[in-house]
Amino acid sequence: MTMNTAPLSANSWQYRALNTQTPGLDALSDALLALVEQGEPVVAGTADLQYSNGLAKFAQHHPDRFVQFGISEQNMVSCAAGMAAVGMKPFVATFASFLPLLCCEQIRMDVAYSALPVRLIGHHAGISLGFYGTSHHATEDLAIMRAIADITIVAPADANQLKAAIKASANHPQPIYFRIQRGRDPVVYEEEPMFEFGKATTLLTGDELTIIATGSTVHPALQAAKALNAQGRSVGVLDMTTVKPLDVAAVLRVARESRAILTVEEHNIIGGLGGAVCEVIAEAGIGTRIRRHGIYDEYSLIAPPTHLYRHYKLDAEGIESVARELID
Amino acid sequence: MTLAVDPSNTGEYALTPTELARLRDKAQFIRLETIRLIEIAKVGHYTSVFSAAELFAALYYDVMSLRHGEPKWPLRDRFMMGKGHAAVGLFPVLVEWGFFEKEILDGYTRLGNPLGDHPDMRKVPGVDFSSGSIGHALSGGLGMAMAGRMLGQDFTTFVMLGDGEMQEGQVWEAAMAASHHKVGSLVAIVDRNGFQLDGSVDDVIGVEPLADKWRAFGWEVYDVDGHDLAALTPLLRRIKAEKGREKPVCIIAQTLKGKGVSYMETEPGWHLGYLDPEDAQRAIDEIKSKVI
Repeated sequence: MTMNTAPLSANSWQYRALNTQTPGLDALSDALLALVEQGEPVVAGTADLQYSNGLAKFAQHHPDRFVQFGISEQNMVSCAAGMAAVGMKPFVATFASFLPLLCCEQIRMDVAYSALPVRLIGHHAGISLGFYGTSHHATEDLAIMRAIADITIVAPADANQLKAAIKASANHPQPIYFRIQRGRDPVVYEEEPMFEFGKATTLLTGDELTIIATGSTVHPALQAAKALNAQGRSVGVLDMTTVKPLDVAAVLRVARESRAILTVEEHNIIGGLGGAVCEVIAEAGIGTRIRRHGIYDEYSLIAPPTHLYRHYKLDAEGIESVARELID
Repeated sequence: MTLAVDPSNTGEYALTPTELARLRDKAQFIRLETIRLIEIAKVGHYTSVFSAAELFAALYYDVMSLRHGEPKWPLRDRFMMGKGHAAVGLFPVLVEWGFFEKEILDGYTRLGNPLGDHPDMRKVPGVDFSSGSIGHALSGGLGMAMAGRMLGQDFTTFVMLGDGEMQEGQVWEAAMAASHHKVGSLVAIVDRNGFQLDGSVDDVIGVEPLADKWRAFGWEVYDVDGHDLAALTPLLRRIKAEKGREKPVCIIAQTLKGKGVSYMETEPGWHLGYLDPEDAQRAIDEIKSKVI
C-alpha cells in the first residue's frame, strides 16, 4: 500500500501546536521571564505538561533554568524543596489534581513545614478538565492546602492577575500554592492589577448581597452581579484571590454592608473558600445570611467544561439563579 | 558489573594509620552517644545508628567539606538521610562541628528541644534537609545538587538511604531523574543492614538485585563493607575528588544492623527499643572493648 502524503485538513490540530498559540497560556512563562529579568533565581519545572501550562515558552528562553521531571510529581515537589534549600526559587507546575492530592505529604513535609520558598502551580484546577474525569479534577485541593500550616494559597482570576501575583511573589517569604485555570480565562482585569497577598479586591459593592468568588468563578460572578444590578438589585462582588491567609477584614466588611453573602468556588463547598468565609462569620457572631455555592460534596459528571459549568450553576446564569434564591 | 571495593588497593586516597584510628574513635563515639541520648528519650533506634556509625564517621570527620561553627556556609557539602530515624547518631557529630551547644544535645527529645527522633532543618543548625517520611530524601538531594550546578557551586550532595527505603516509589523517580539529568555530584549511600521494622527486608518486600537496579537506572554503583573504614573512606574521598562525572553514584554499604553490640547483631528486633541501664552498660563495655 502506498502512503497517502496529502496534507491534513486545516481543521485537524495537535495539542502541543495549538497550545503554543494560545496567548493566555503565555502568562505564567511571561511572568517568570520578568522575574528572571529582575535577577530572581527562578527555576521552572514541570511533570510532562509544559504544553499544558505554557512553560514550554520559558524553557525555550532559559533551558538552563528549566527542569523536565517527567511523570514524577512527588519527586518534583521534593526536588524543588531541595533547590529552594540551596537558594533557588523553584516554580513547579502540574495539574492541580496531581499536586495537593498526589503530593500532599511532600508538600507538607518538604515545602511547608520546612519553610522553603517553593511555588507550586496547580493548573487546570476544579472541573476545568471536563470529560477527562475525576482523576483530573481538583475539587478538594483548597481544603487540603488550607489545612497545611505556613503556606499561602492564591487563586488568580485571570492571566493579568496571575502575572501580577507571580511577580509579587518575589518578595513573599512563604511557599505558595497558585491555583490556576487552563490559560483560556475570560478577562476580569484589563491590565495587570496591583497585587498584595492576603488582600481581597472589591469589584462591586451592593447592600442586598455580596458574592465572594475566587479564581475561575470571579468572572461569572461579576457577570451575574452586573445582570442583577441591571434589574435594579444591589449586588457586590469581592474577588478573594488569596484564600489563605483569608482577608478577614474584607469578609467582615461585606458582612456588615450586605444583608447576605454568597460564596462561589469551583471546589467542594466543604473546606474551601465557602468554609473559610463561614468560619469567619460564625466566629464573629454575625447573623448575615450566607450560602456556599460550588460542587456539593460529590464527584463531577463527565462533560465538556462549559457544559459542566452550566450543569453545576457555575456560569453567570447559574450563579445569578443561585443568588436569586438567596435574596428573592 | 558492580565495582566491589578492594581495601588493599585504595591508592592515593588511602587512610594513614593515624587517620584510621581517629575515624574508629569517632564511630565509637557515635555509638556511645547514641546509647547515652536514648537513655534520655527512653526509646530509640540504636541499631539503625550502629549500622551507619562508620558512614557518619567517614563523611563528617574526613570526606565532607564543612566549616566549624558555620552550618549555613553556602559551599558546604550537603548531607541528608532518608533513614531519618538514625538522627540520634548525627546530632552529637553536629555538636562537635560547633553547629549548636552540647546543652541542647543533652535535652534530646525533652519538651521544646529542637532534637527529636528525626532531623529537622527548621530547628537544628547543621541539618540540611528534614526527614522522617521515608522516600523523600533522594529527591531533595537531587534538587540540591541540581541547584548547586545552576548556581555554579561546587559541592557534593550525600544522601544516606535505608535499604527498606528502596521499597518507596519516589526513590526510583529520583534515581531516574538524576541519571537523566547527569547529576554526577549526587551520591546515594544505601545502608544495606538488611532489616526494617517488621523484619528482614528480604522477607517484607525484597529489594535485590539492588546493584543491578541502580545500574539499570543509570548510576555508577559500588559495593563496599560499610564498617571497613579503610575501604569506605578512600572510596568516598575518590568520588568527591573526581570532578566532571556525569553519572550519579550509588554506594551499597554492606552493614550489620546493631554492629558493635553482639546481642543486637543477632536479634533484628532491636530496630526500635530501650535498654535498661544495666544492659546499656553491657553494650557500652563491648563497644569500648573492641576495634571495628
